[in-house]
Amino acid sequence: MTAISVRGLRKAYGPLEAVRGVDFDIEEGEVFGLLGPNGAGKTTTVEILEGYRSRDAGEVSVLGHDPQRPGRSFRERIGVVLQQAQLWPTLTVRETHSAFAGYYARPRDVDEVIELVGLTEKRDARVKTLSGGQKRRLDLGVALVGDPDLVFLDEPTTGFDPAARRAAWEMIRSLRSLGKTVLLTTHYLDEAEQLADRVAVMREGRIVRIGTPRELTTGGSEVEIRYHLDGEEVLLRTSEPTRDLHRLTSEALARGEELDRLEVRRPTLEEVYLALMDEQSE
Amino acid sequence: MKLYLHQLRVEQLVYWRSREAAVFTFIFPLLLFVLLGSVYSGHIYGVPASQALLAALLAYGCAMVAFAGLAITLTLRREQAILKRLRATPLSPAVYISSVLTSTLIVFAAETVALFLLGRVVFGTPFPTRVGSVILLVVLGAVCFAAMGVGLSGLIRSGEGSSAVVNLIVLPMAFLTGAFGPTHHYPRFLRAVGDVLPLKYLVDLSNAVYLHNHSFWSQGTSIGVLAAWGVAGVAVAAFKFRWEPRET
Repeated sequence: MTAISVRGLRKAYGPLEAVRGVDFDIEEGEVFGLLGPNGAGKTTTVEILEGYRSRDAGEVSVLGHDPQRPGRSFRERIGVVLQQAQLWPTLTVRETHSAFAGYYARPRDVDEVIELVGLTEKRDARVKTLSGGQKRRLDLGVALVGDPDLVFLDEPTTGFDPAARRAAWEMIRSLRSLGKTVLLTTHYLDEAEQLADRVAVMREGRIVRIGTPRELTTGGSEVEIRYHLDGEEVLLRTSEPTRDLHRLTSEALARGEELDRLEVRRPTLEEVYLALMDEQSE
Repeated sequence: MKLYLHQLRVEQLVYWRSREAAVFTFIFPLLLFVLLGSVYSGHIYGVPASQALLAALLAYGCAMVAFAGLAITLTLRREQAILKRLRATPLSPAVYISSVLTSTLIVFAAETVALFLLGRVVFGTPFPTRVGSVILLVVLGAVCFAAMGVGLSGLIRSGEGSSAVVNLIVLPMAFLTGAFGPTHHYPRFLRAVGDVLPLKYLVDLSNAVYLHNHSFWSQGTSIGVLAAWGVAGVAVAAFKFRWEPRET
């Protein structure tokens, strides 16, 4: 089943075209990453899907609803973690979860959700006393308390220290095991690579590449062969590594030489990503 | 209905838990009443000064709780994106706004009761004889000033600036309209300014009902002017109220 379907989506703010024709599908139970630099149109895309913004053109379906007319049954089934939202600073963690649980027809057990996001020890602490990482966990908790089928996470780890990021990643992985569909935006490559089943790379309002992290690093891109000859590094980029490697090694064997420091590697997602960003800006 | 009662409970919890808001809007009028009541002596408008001050500070309490408090709270919640976050839940805007307004009315009603009790204990002021008219006054005042408060929050751009802007409006307004004591010795120009401000008409209404035992419905002018200001507040709110932070 398709959870989200987007065709030809466009959105402009005055003269600024934030989203310029975007297409993708997200399957139920999939963790999908929208990756791109700030200003690529990720948040605009997600906010259209969440029902916050109207679109200028295109077809959008989210859980069978048109998010431009977000009814109560749509709101019942989505969970949202916004980039910058705060919650009432003077309520406790448990009171905040209970407040949100009251908005939904079939909420999950509040204490269970608090445990899931690892805030059990903080359940009676006021929200204003939580650390940045704990506040993000609270955001995730209140997004899950309505037992949504689809969860939107807009840059869930921006500003985290490495330990807090690892903890957040674990939680996002646990969403997959709960069977939730997740749409995640991030400008961290490693985050997309670690968490997403599929990644769409956005730049200047368009999707420039889409696929599994593995497909992105292989499909169409080249393999690097490096070795040293007379102390100089030789770098060969090829889309036919088997043939070229065979030629290189058989020549070396024929000469009775060893290829000094021979190395064959695929570019990392980061290298692919940076190459994509360079390509587009030229 | 269930959602409305749930959100009303949440609003009440948030209000009384937030010490800044509760002290600033709820305690401050009570404190001023005790202070001014201790300073003024003799009679005002033919009644003991403390009784006249109670009537005036009842109106001031309405301006603080319904207008100042609501404008600041809604601006802060908008800028902190709490309103935006709530929009993503099944809680509808209409249910949210009505529970916020009801919560404001409850707080102002509690403020009214507290003023009468405090006046009785500290200054021996009488309880109102026209209780029904006082209730109508509390409802009209809360609704009109809350509407203006929602409208004002739509005009305030930043969360940090909200209490400065609101104080700049409420304090001079209270001073000019007799909410801190009679204005008949003020220069004519200042009195003319006070005469167009909504708080003047709530003070008049409060004086009429509590000090002179007039019925609420006999005060057509005050009711009309307050209602007009309330409608103006709704109109501004309809055009300017925002659920999302103002992007700078």
